[in-house]
Amino acid sequence: MAKKMHIQMTVNGEEQEFLAEPRELLIHTLRERLNITGPHIGCETSHCGACTVTINGKSVKSCTMFVAQANGADVTTIEGLGSPDSLHVLQEAFKEHHGLQCGFCTPGMITRASKLLEEIPNPTEEEVRFGMAGNICRCTGYQNIVKSILAAAAEMSAAKEAAE
Amino acid sequence: MIPAAFEYHRPKDMAGVLAVLVEHGDEARVLAGGHSLIPMMKLRMADVPHLIDLQDVDGLSGITVDGGRVRIGAMTTQSDIIGHAALAEAAPIMREASLQIADPQVRYMGTVGGNVANGDPGNDMPGLMQCLDATFILVGPDGEREVQARDFYEAAYMTDREDDEVLLAVAFDAPSGGYAYEKQKRKIGDYATAAAAVLLEKNGDTCSAASIAMTNLSDTPVWSEAAGNALVGTSVDAAAIDAAVAAMLGDIDPTQDNRGPIEFKRHAAAMILRRAIARAWDRA
Ligand SMILES: Cc1cc2nc3c(=O)[nH]c(=O)nc-3n(C[C@H](O)[C@H](O)[C@H](O)COP(=O)(O)OP(=O)(O)OC[C@H]3O[C@@H](n4cnc5c(N)ncnc54)[C@H](O)[C@@H]3O)c2cc1C
Ligand code: FES
Ligand code: FES
Repeated sequence: MAKKMHIQMTVNGEEQEFLAEPRELLIHTLRERLNITGPHIGCETSHCGACTVTINGKSVKSCTMFVAQANGADVTTIEGLGSPDSLHVLQEAFKEHHGLQCGFCTPGMITRASKLLEEIPNPTEEEVRFGMAGNICRCTGYQNIVKSILAAAAEMSAAKEAAE
Repeated sequence: MIPAAFEYHRPKDMAGVLAVLVEHGDEARVLAGGHSLIPMMKLRMADVPHLIDLQDVDGLSGITVDGGRVRIGAMTTQSDIIGHAALAEAAPIMREASLQIADPQVRYMGTVGGNVANGDPGNDMPGLMQCLDATFILVGPDGEREVQARDFYEAAYMTDREDDEVLLAVAFDAPSGGYAYEKQKRKIGDYATAAAAVLLEKNGDTCSAASIAMTNLSDTPVWSEAAGNALVGTSVDAAAIDAAVAAMLGDIDPTQDNRGPIEFKRHAAAMILRRAIARAWDRA
């Protein structure tokens, strides 16, 4: 067996420390080691985006990163965005606008969308489609996903304006 | 999809990187964004006993535009390129091409250095670098050297880079005139069926300089000097464009694969080049 290395990372605000082989894929670390099963494995070949998490401010397909690369990193998964009692605005919008059917792609979709709205708070429909192009959905036909993200963007902007 | 075991190195400086490369020879490879190398390792098509992560090495990323000269550090990502205002001003073709590479998640990770050093004929940056007549700056145990993008590619995954050399940066003169990067792909996020990078300069009504490079239509990128020459001195009329397309078709050598048969690829290449020339001339 290959040599294990000492890994430290922050996941959803919590410090994690463990020993792992460097070749372990981050998605496996999250799901199997840390029991954070929001990020899904859709393809395992860098194409579908179901495994998307935010790492140091970037949307990343966690099936395409070794745990060793994420040593010292700050990781956010869908679990870090909202909880069943207190849904994130995006989660609420997906629920409201039927942004999901089977829901398999949804954690990746919402995690990616959260970063997109950070970068472009008031996107056009085209910007949403372009910014979400790394996430594949087999069910919805995307219309309602786009609608949900635009609705969440409008709500977040309104809340921000009200706060100012 | 678990790759073979490897030893992981994360040096803080280039001396540390070179030391591992010298010690382990072709058993060692650098890792940039990993979005070409990791998929290959997962498929066990690449076996890398010593993986050297470049993420902590100082001074490898960043874009400078100084006078008319552009320099882009090897670890600069496609997403950095898209977001860089001064680069978009100096060389808008870089942004136009980067927006057509892969998808947002891949562009946060994929680097210029990985894209040009990889040697995959499907990568978009190599053809673009040939179009821009870029210089690659490499460093090895014996110091730095420069090589022109047009001399760098030998065959698929075979380049002029030695096993113990690391790409530091790419550099080129900011182009003037019109530009276009056109790409035909099966779906968003896909590699090119055919892509064309075109730079055209205009003097009055006449084309005074032209540079044309094609992607994924041979086992290396193809800078078609003949295609460019066919436009120079003309008003880029229909006859000149026909001549440029014919010259380009004489320089490419596509093979049949899951993106289509050879005749289809030649057809796509011609279409894409026509579009790119029209758009570049319009902008010139
Ligand atoms: C789903 C998907 C779609 C994609 N679509 C496209 C596309 O349309 N067009 C496109 O161009 N690319 C595409 N890519 C590839 C992506 O852009 C890669 O990230 C890029 O080609 C390589 O950059 P990297 O930083 O990830 O390199 P890595 O994967 O880390 O490295 C690639 C190779 O280059 C070597 N290398 C890396 N950096 C250096 C350096 N500084 N010096 C010497 N050698 C180095 C490595 O050892 C390795 O052999 C796609 C990737 C995926 C996963
Ligand atoms: S599981 Fe990672 S992209 Fe599909
Ligand atoms: S809701 Fe089923 S894959 Fe998207």
